[in-house]
Amino acid sequence: MPPSVTLAVTRYRPEQESEPTLQTYEVPFRKDWVVLDALNYIKDNLDGSLSFRWSCRMGVCGSCGMMVNGSPKLTCAAFLSDYLPGPIRVEPLNYFPIIRDLVVDMTDFMHKLKKVKPWIIRAQEKPLADGEYLQTPDQLEMYKQFSMCINCMLCYSACPVYGLEQSFIGPAAIALAQRYNLDSRDEAARERLEILSEHDGMWQCTFVGECSKVCPKNVDPAGAIQQLKLVGAVDWFRFLLPWGTR
Amino acid sequence: MALVHDVLIIGGGGAGLRAAIAAAELDPRLDIAVVSKVYPMRSHTVSAEGGAAAVIKPGDSLDAHAYDTISGGDWLSDQDAVEAFVREAPAEMLQLEHWGCPWSREPDGHVAVRPFGGMKLERTWFAADKTGFHMLHALFQTTLKYDSIRRYDEWFVTKILVDEGRCQGVVAIEVATGRIQAVLAKAVILCTGGCGKVFPYTTNASIKNGDGMALAYRAGAPLKDMEFVQYHPTGLPFTGILITEATRSEGGWLLNKDGYRYLQDYDLGKPEPKPVFRSMELGPRDRLSQAFVKEQEKGRTLVGPYGHYVHLDIRHLGQKLIDKKLPFVRELCLKYENIDPVKEMIPVRPVVHYMMGGIHTDIHGATSLAGLFAAGEVACVSINGANRLGSNSLTELLVFGARAGTAAAAFASQQRKPSPSVLAQAQDEERRLGERFLRKTGGTEKVAALRAEMQKTMEESAGIYRTASVLEEAARKLRKLQERFHDVSLEDRSYTFNTELIAVLELSYMLDVAEAIVHSALQRRESRGSHQRTDYPKRDDTQFLAHSLATRGENGSPRIEYLSVTITRWPPAQRVYGR
Ligand SMILES: Cc1cc2nc3c(=O)[nH]c(=O)nc-3n(C[C@H](O)[C@H](O)[C@H](O)COP(=O)(O)OP(=O)(O)OC[C@H]3O[C@@H](n4cnc5c(N)ncnc54)[C@H](O)[C@@H]3O)c2cc1C
Ligand code: SF4
Ligand code: FES
Repeated sequence: MPPSVTLAVTRYRPEQESEPTLQTYEVPFRKDWVVLDALNYIKDNLDGSLSFRWSCRMGVCGSCGMMVNGSPKLTCAAFLSDYLPGPIRVEPLNYFPIIRDLVVDMTDFMHKLKKVKPWIIRAQEKPLADGEYLQTPDQLEMYKQFSMCINCMLCYSACPVYGLEQSFIGPAAIALAQRYNLDSRDEAARERLEILSEHDGMWQCTFVGECSKVCPKNVDPAGAIQQLKLVGAVDWFRFLLPWGTR
Repeated sequence: MALVHDVLIIGGGGAGLRAAIAAAELDPRLDIAVVSKVYPMRSHTVSAEGGAAAVIKPGDSLDAHAYDTISGGDWLSDQDAVEAFVREAPAEMLQLEHWGCPWSREPDGHVAVRPFGGMKLERTWFAADKTGFHMLHALFQTTLKYDSIRRYDEWFVTKILVDEGRCQGVVAIEVATGRIQAVLAKAVILCTGGCGKVFPYTTNASIKNGDGMALAYRAGAPLKDMEFVQYHPTGLPFTGILITEATRSEGGWLLNKDGYRYLQDYDLGKPEPKPVFRSMELGPRDRLSQAFVKEQEKGRTLVGPYGHYVHLDIRHLGQKLIDKKLPFVRELCLKYENIDPVKEMIPVRPVVHYMMGGIHTDIHGATSLAGLFAAGEVACVSINGANRLGSNSLTELLVFGARAGTAAAAFASQQRKPSPSVLAQAQDEERRLGERFLRKTGGTEKVAALRAEMQKTMEESAGIYRTASVLEEAARKLRKLQERFHDVSLEDRSYTFNTELIAVLELSYMLDVAEAIVHSALQRRESRGSHQRTDYPKRDDTQFLAHSLATRGENGSPRIEYLSVTITRWPPAQRVYGR
């Protein structure tokens, strides 16, 4: 095991620099350290001005996504030992505007998330006094996978369509729309389908499938898009044909 | 220009989001805002694994839930609050079901419940082993449908504005730009969560720094029962990641350095090959954590780069069972500690997990400062008493989040607009932040070093066992650290996303909270629940069947007073386990 490893980290302070550069730091190597630990070592011991987001350090809050050697990763789940001998390149997530150093601007996603109406919509609400909506384990299984999204943005950073066309609503938002569409308690699948079918909706996806490969929670957004396109195509077809059942 | 709202909620975790929805539902005309230093779905509620308790199954009863909670809390809980809590819990949990939370189900489609430590019956609702994650995302996504709820994501609150004896808003930094802004409101609800990071080893995320506790304390609202800090017996030593109790209920063993199941030496039953309910590894959290300390004193623990630890051995359960029933445990060990529990023993140690104490509130979430409310882990109502039962906290976020949201909305409806005179205070605050940090010259102290010293002091003095002399020494050290904090110097002077500035402000909050914990612990000369004094090993109901209240004194150090506990139907008795 090497005594130390070098990290090449993006620095960008818009008040001082006109564009991002890489700065190298040498940090001690430890078997149990992840890239995020190395960044914290830098911040606490070498350079207090390095900025990055993190919180849970257990892969569930979704804050710490960055490009590690060119691939989108949760840095709290990326062991230094997997990148030996280094240097390890740590950069902000692809395709997002950089606010500062390793911090990107994700307001675009927050708007897209709201746009797909990620909440239960029903014509009639059941009163609480009548208890829960029944949902069998099989019905739960239908949407469970799509409910595991931690909004980490890795899939956007891996998506070539999003890279070219930022108006694309993107993998996670589509997966979350499908999460509600498939929930037996929800009745608004058609409403969401219309939203997704708009020009910046899912038709832009070319099935590259990179989103599902990089997803740390096995959400499979590509699968969600595929399912939706099938339903969408059938629906669209019915709409065009006068004798279609609507 | 100041931003003005009717109800302002600080914190976008479970409590804050529930409060926001409650206020929005009470009166759709109200203008509601949520300020959060991280995007709401990053809040630490996201990490809760186990579940949330509420009576729903036949055979269970509200009284049984109340009794478990009160005895678990070693009779320090306010029983009127507990009664309200258990009564409103089922509807709150159902409400979350209606909002889409993917609760785990029975084959017939009803919500499933599981057993949990200290609960006599199975009453803990769960969403696989990611309960907090699912609750938080369901709540957050539901808030998106209310147009009256506006958000300030990644805004960091630095001060509560008080005028004419009433809370009238806050000052906050927009982290992305460094802009300092007054956000005024007719009512403010603090939902900023706990403060595990005051200690070095904790299951808590980096964002849990007691911000709201310190903010309220500085504004004159007292902190209640701060000496009660819950340790969880099995955390990973370096990261503090929680290894759930389920490992032990499946049959995991705790072994000392000689491979010996040491719990048998601490009046916790005899070792059997199979798990026995309420015995050995399935004893209560506080007793297990205390046994660890005794082992350490006997020199029978192991020592690693992150201090003393013991082994949690689940290898004998076999890969099949581990993968089927404990998949998240294996994932956490593999992904975050580089250890495979199928082949290796898991190093574990007690780690700080939860704060029973917090801002003193009444049963509606009102603090002693008019217009200021609090709910969630930041508050102390108190239902948790001297020791919280697992799975009561998530439910508490809902019940008391909703109560505080409703109460604050009702309060706001009767208030005049915030007075513009508070804006002068906001300007003072802006000046303070500039002079003390961003434009300060000189100063030699570093944030990371001061933080490490504080954490070490806390672990040594206010850990699992406490004693007067060590606590007194800690109180002195913390005073010194407060003084040294004035000499802190930042390397980062920029306005854009300055995380060093945030870290230094968080440290200042933690120092205040740490002092409140140490002084409260020093004054409580008895042992109760999670507060164990080696110099006063017995519970003392004649003197200390009372909540401690820490108020900030003239010189900044806390002054401790007491408030009696509300007893309704369950007179204090002995806490009995395993018999
Ligand atoms: C690992 C783990 C597992 C747990 N498991 C369980 C369980 O199974 N069952 C159970 O009942 N309980 C469990 N708990 C406890 C429970 O999860 C917490 O007590 C609860 O989630 C706290 O929620 P909250 O809403 O009070 O605060 P949090 O979710 O911590 O949210 C705090 C919010 O305040 C904001 N904030 C803080 N400071 C500021 C500031 N200065 N300015 C602006 N915003 C600020 C943050 O951005 C955040 O949005 C667990 C805890 C941990 C750590
Ligand atoms: S779908 Fe996966 S990669 Fe995309 S945001 Fe969600 S968790 Fe992250
Ligand atoms: S720090 Fe939370 S996902 Fe990595």
